Amino acid sequence: MSTNGYDDRKNRTNLGSHLKKETSVVGRPLMKVDAMAKVTGQATYADDIHLPRMAYARMLPSTQPHARIVRIDTSKAEALPGVLAVITGQDLPIKYGILPVSQDETALAVDKVRFVGEPVAAVAAVDEETAERALELIEVEYEPLKPIMSIEEALEETEVRIQEYGHGGNIHKMVSLQFGDVEEGFAEADYVREDLFFYQGNNHLAMEEHSAVAYYSPDGKLTLWSSTQTPHYVHRALAKVLELPPSRIRVIACHPGGGFGGKSDPFHHEICAAKLAMITGRPVKITLTREEVFYAHRGRHPVLMWVKTGVKKTGEITAMHFRSMLDGGAYGSYGVATTYYTGALQTVTYKIPRYKFEGLRVFTNKPPCGPKRGHGTPQPRFALEIHFDKICEDMGWDPAEWRKQQACEPFSLTANYLRITTIGLKECIDKVVEASGFKEKFRKLPYGRGVGLACSAYLSGANLPIYWNDMPHSGAMVKVDRGGGVTVYCGSTDIGQGSNSVLAYVVAEVLGVRPQDVAVVTADTDLTPVDLGSYSSRVTVMTGNAAIEAAQKVRDQLFQAAADELGTTPDNLEAAGGRIFRRDDPGVGLPFAKAAQLAEARFGTLAAVGSFTPPKTPGRYKGAGVGPSPSYSYTACVVEVEVDPETGWVRVPKVWIAHDIGRALNPILVEGQAEGSVYMGLGEALMEEQVFRRNLHKIPSMLDYKSPTFLETPDIETILVETNDPHGPFGAKEAGQGPLLPVPPALCNAIYDAVGVRIDELPVTPDKILKALERKAKGQEPRVGPERMPEVEWVEPIYVEPPSLEHDPSLVPSANP
Amino acid sequence: MLRLPPFDYYGVQSVEEAVKLLSDHGPEATVVAGGTDLFPKMKRRQMEPRVLVGLRGIRELYGIQPQEDGGYRLGPMATLTQVSLHPALRAAYPGLTYAAGVVSSPQLRNAGTIGGNLCVDTRCTYYDQSYHWRKAINFCMKKDGEICWVAPGSPRCWAVSSSDTAPVFVALGARVRLVGPEGERVIPVRELYGRDGINFLAGKRPDEIITDILLPPAEGWESVYLKLRRRGSFDFPILGVAVALRRNEDGTVADARIVLGAVESYPLEVPDAAALLVGNRLEPEVIEAAAKACFKPARPLDNTDLTLYYRKKMVPVYVARALRQLAGQPSDQARTA
Repeated sequence: MSTNGYDDRKNRTNLGSHLKKETSVVGRPLMKVDAMAKVTGQATYADDIHLPRMAYARMLPSTQPHARIVRIDTSKAEALPGVLAVITGQDLPIKYGILPVSQDETALAVDKVRFVGEPVAAVAAVDEETAERALELIEVEYEPLKPIMSIEEALEETEVRIQEYGHGGNIHKMVSLQFGDVEEGFAEADYVREDLFFYQGNNHLAMEEHSAVAYYSPDGKLTLWSSTQTPHYVHRALAKVLELPPSRIRVIACHPGGGFGGKSDPFHHEICAAKLAMITGRPVKITLTREEVFYAHRGRHPVLMWVKTGVKKTGEITAMHFRSMLDGGAYGSYGVATTYYTGALQTVTYKIPRYKFEGLRVFTNKPPCGPKRGHGTPQPRFALEIHFDKICEDMGWDPAEWRKQQACEPFSLTANYLRITTIGLKECIDKVVEASGFKEKFRKLPYGRGVGLACSAYLSGANLPIYWNDMPHSGAMVKVDRGGGVTVYCGSTDIGQGSNSVLAYVVAEVLGVRPQDVAVVTADTDLTPVDLGSYSSRVTVMTGNAAIEAAQKVRDQLFQAAADELGTTPDNLEAAGGRIFRRDDPGVGLPFAKAAQLAEARFGTLAAVGSFTPPKTPGRYKGAGVGPSPSYSYTACVVEVEVDPETGWVRVPKVWIAHDIGRALNPILVEGQAEGSVYMGLGEALMEEQVFRRNLHKIPSMLDYKSPTFLETPDIETILVETNDPHGPFGAKEAGQGPLLPVPPALCNAIYDAVGVRIDELPVTPDKILKALERKAKGQEPRVGPERMPEVEWVEPIYVEPPSLEHDPSLVPSANP
Repeated sequence: MLRLPPFDYYGVQSVEEAVKLLSDHGPEATVVAGGTDLFPKMKRRQMEPRVLVGLRGIRELYGIQPQEDGGYRLGPMATLTQVSLHPALRAAYPGLTYAAGVVSSPQLRNAGTIGGNLCVDTRCTYYDQSYHWRKAINFCMKKDGEICWVAPGSPRCWAVSSSDTAPVFVALGARVRLVGPEGERVIPVRELYGRDGINFLAGKRPDEIITDILLPPAEGWESVYLKLRRRGSFDFPILGVAVALRRNEDGTVADARIVLGAVESYPLEVPDAAALLVGNRLEPEVIEAAAKACFKPARPLDNTDLTLYYRKKMVPVYVARALRQLAGQPSDQARTA
């Protein structure tokens, strides 16, 4: 798909020289370490696990959107031959949840159900057929409560509450922050514009349905194999709910068949499999059906948004006020963080000197929303980039030039105290504008064809952990065998993004061996140091740095032993090509294995640990924990569209995407992440919607929930921009999430360029285009989108005086960390 | 994963055996050809036959053969791939082979049969759901329930005819041979279909099987099929437009049939629209008039993908595009799969 590659030097800019170093592994288009296992079908996914005497479990879904459980009778199910155990909410009453502030879930519903599909009971049996038959024998008597199915209903209804905690009524969380006096900013502006947007919810649609296998050994130790992105958090939740000491629980993350944020919570089926294994003494497997995945959900929050921005005639933004309302579904999940994220990263792309954010999340009787690729930031980015496109149109500004002029400064603070390090946004814009011929096409293509531009930023890992602690976010251990083999151990979870490969690459680079000489052991709470998990685009930066530190410690020992042998000092040694040799005379050296033997003889067993703790966050206000990151990646995207004005069909022939990756540890993997993001972004923009009718999910199947196939996937040209970030391992930043963000707004901007209508809500279905075209023909506002924001009494904002947005030399690190 | 319910499977070798089993087991039995529609529906308990009569072992149900009259005989077990790629059929009945080639995905066309596609179950977003989902809405009248959720006041089921090939067969005037315990009979394809979503195969008795699909000679007939769906693969039609027509030497239309798919519980013939073509050349205003005449009879409801208003609005657009394609006029095919 990508026409630009690793060999295309002209597309790779190097802005920094402070980290420049010759590398032999980093930056090369190497194969993923697990590629052969995956393409030959040898990789073990959770559902591939078959253990002797294994039982199969199924969960009974609620048929009510909101109801009290009056009675559950499992006796007939228990009596069915082949049934081994039946459990209900009473067997697992302890609450859990991914965030310490939202411990609102139980493995099976206790007293009350909150959405259709919520698990009410679970059955373990000799096979799935028997378990399924047993479910039908469970009698549940419900007393229905009023279902609350939308943001508006949740705000209006204060008597009937879905949860008993939160901000009040059915508002889970309300946030209000103000950085500087925005009213003063609007007064200074030459032009002020307000817009409303809606971004529909959608599911991750990972190819693999969630699956877990639990085994409780006779010596009282529980092992859970699961398709999870966060084995550490699952470990904690199991210990809490099952009341077992963590030392008796082992969680192993299998190769997940896609995650995208959808496997980042502790889930019902994981806890039920564990409990049923403890009861039956047999291994128990639960694999969700696709429908159950739509109920487990944790997908993109539907968000209603309002934004007001003031600008000077000269282009500068004077102030922004942003409001978001999130439809959270029935439980907390990551929702408090998501709410903050819908307001946090507005300031990281363009200079916004005064900024006010008000956000709230409501509970509704739907499967809980959570983190999906971009976690709470694609929605506001969608709003902002269309809003800015409209402002540029109103003011007669070139959208590419305006964005470049307003781009944030490198090594600066934003109004909300996010610390920007390197920023390749201008270069990204230049690259996509040039590659796409944007200047020649914008407002110049014939009716029905158009181009649109949008930009974005995303964090390379959250600076704060999910539960408050002072410990590192990622730990790695490197062991060197006397035969020359190297093993790296890390709790990180490769969900397809290539984090196992990154571990092998950076360790191989430091030790001067080949990646295939490095064994990678990950995501096993018994064997590997803690890593918090594969979320927030944190893994490359955090585990990469931890593994580098561990490898460097081992290398120090190797160099000390080798220096004596080679008659020099350690600082005159280098490791490359499987050798350790003298820098001043590269012909003089030792094979790596020989150096390892000398070092082991001298120091004992060769192993070292490294860890990574993100830098301290400059913000000192409540809520300052969401948004800070070691570094931000930047993306610019141009989408070209063909719109059929008679049918409203949108075809996307090509997408150009330029991404500031800091440094590509492996350009093929980075391009893969960018292409996957474009595909997923277009799916959200054009088709995907988690929608409800008669109080239940309308289309919980992969046939009826529309998502693009590769026939709908355009040609994608990926351009990598390198800025060598001082906080990244070898200068790297994130790639897994950021490139999704600009795709939906670039598409909508392109549609406006093509046929002159604004679609301010996703997905952009053909009927909306026709409706907007009809409005245009009637002389009405050529727009489809939300018409109003519900009235809410917002809490008084926390006021914070913003810093200067200018480049601050004190933020430039003095040396490579 | 979803599991199949228990059933007995009979792999029969002859039509007689198949018919006897169907007759002996009555409503408990059903035939399985390719199984691409039946098995997923059994997993969701939309269909719960206790006896499956597998037709794959009956040799005479296969094949695509030219007939003496110049027409063609399609064995119902011919796969959709075989029909769509058959060179002589492609030349003679391009609308049909195109329709067969846009059913679902390549893998399912390799398994799915042309006879199965003629008999494919009607679809509805209230019905094509798992047992537990349907239980949450207290089921619908098509299976286990009382009401039609699409039109709660209606006495009938409004599930949608979702075959791509049926509208083309109807437009081409094809017939089917049915064999049952009382012997065989030949009926037009249009008479296979009932007038509601439950009894959608009213023209065929449950113990009859289709043994032959008979296409009349293509001599002089042109055909085209256009399909509206969200994606270029997998999706069932949410509107199908089949047109077959014959033109005189002077270019005027001698005979025409327009049949719409997926806007009713059966392939919907629109003779009034077709009549507007007869005696005229396929000029833009003639095309517009015929297309417009298809708007009113089409009655999509809110039980498929996309909105019913949109699908209704697309009826004349797609009819006009189909006619323009026959007329050799430029027709935007960008998203007309």
